[in-house]
Amino acid sequence: MKARVTVTLKPGVLDPQGKAIEGALASLGFAGVASVRQGKVFEIEMAETDRAKAETALKAMGEKLLANTVIEKYEIAVDG
Amino acid sequence: MRHALADVTGTPALAVWHADSTLPKVDLVVLPGGFSYGDYLRSGAIAARAPIMRAVADHAAHGGLVLGVCNGFQILCEAGLLPGVLMRNASLRFVCREVKLRVDTAATRFTAHYARGQLIRTPVAHGDGNYRCDDGTLARLKGDDRIAFRYAEGTNPNGSLDDIAGIVNDKRNVLGLMPHPENLIEPLQGGIDGRALFESLAA
Repeated sequence: MKARVTVTLKPGVLDPQGKAIEGALASLGFAGVASVRQGKVFEIEMAETDRAKAETALKAMGEKLLANTVIEKYEIAVDG
Repeated sequence: MRHALADVTGTPALAVWHADSTLPKVDLVVLPGGFSYGDYLRSGAIAARAPIMRAVADHAAHGGLVLGVCNGFQILCEAGLLPGVLMRNASLRFVCREVKLRVDTAATRFTAHYARGQLIRTPVAHGDGNYRCDDGTLARLKGDDRIAFRYAEGTNPNGSLDDIAGIVNDKRNVLGLMPHPENLIEPLQGGIDGRALFESLAA
């Protein structure tokens, strides 16, 4: 089973890296970019074949390691 | 760090391996600075989940002393032994310089040999020292006198909330701070302002 866990900053958390990227886009001539916030994507291949079990495991991965739930949230997408 | 501990307490420090599951019988556990796991995922995130951390948490739960400096502070926050999180410096730069700290509470085992309000010098060297927590946590930290050190005289190197440089837990036996007191304990290092932290612990 292939899955993707996307980790992003919770709204309101300061993101200076996102701001720096926003500035770089502007320098490159991309007008009208209102904001950029940077996140992370984890591509995970699992032996588990049961979708529900995979999602449960992935949620636990998000909670326990992949996201720092003080400042980040995560979304799970299971392929197939 | 091992030199500072041995020099001030007169007792050599024992090195403990991250993959061990038990601690030797000690009064103080120190998580020093560094770049554990290359700061992969998040600074201190993977080290916080190392096998030895269960023993460190037990040690803290039973009232044992824990000191986390720099990466050690990051690990303590990731491990949930201290609240909040250390984020990327607001300037996005790694900052390596001396700062001024104000000791904002002398009511801890770590700061008893300082006076409340005392200004000291310490070096910092970090890229992810921007302490952040939610409003409730900040109110609790302030209300319970748990902010141990703040950056003073405009020397905050990372944009941390309320100029917080170091905090203790609710039981006041766990201290995390971003600056490096162990690098200012003898004249050869250019000052001894950090010495009193270790003297407080040794007392």
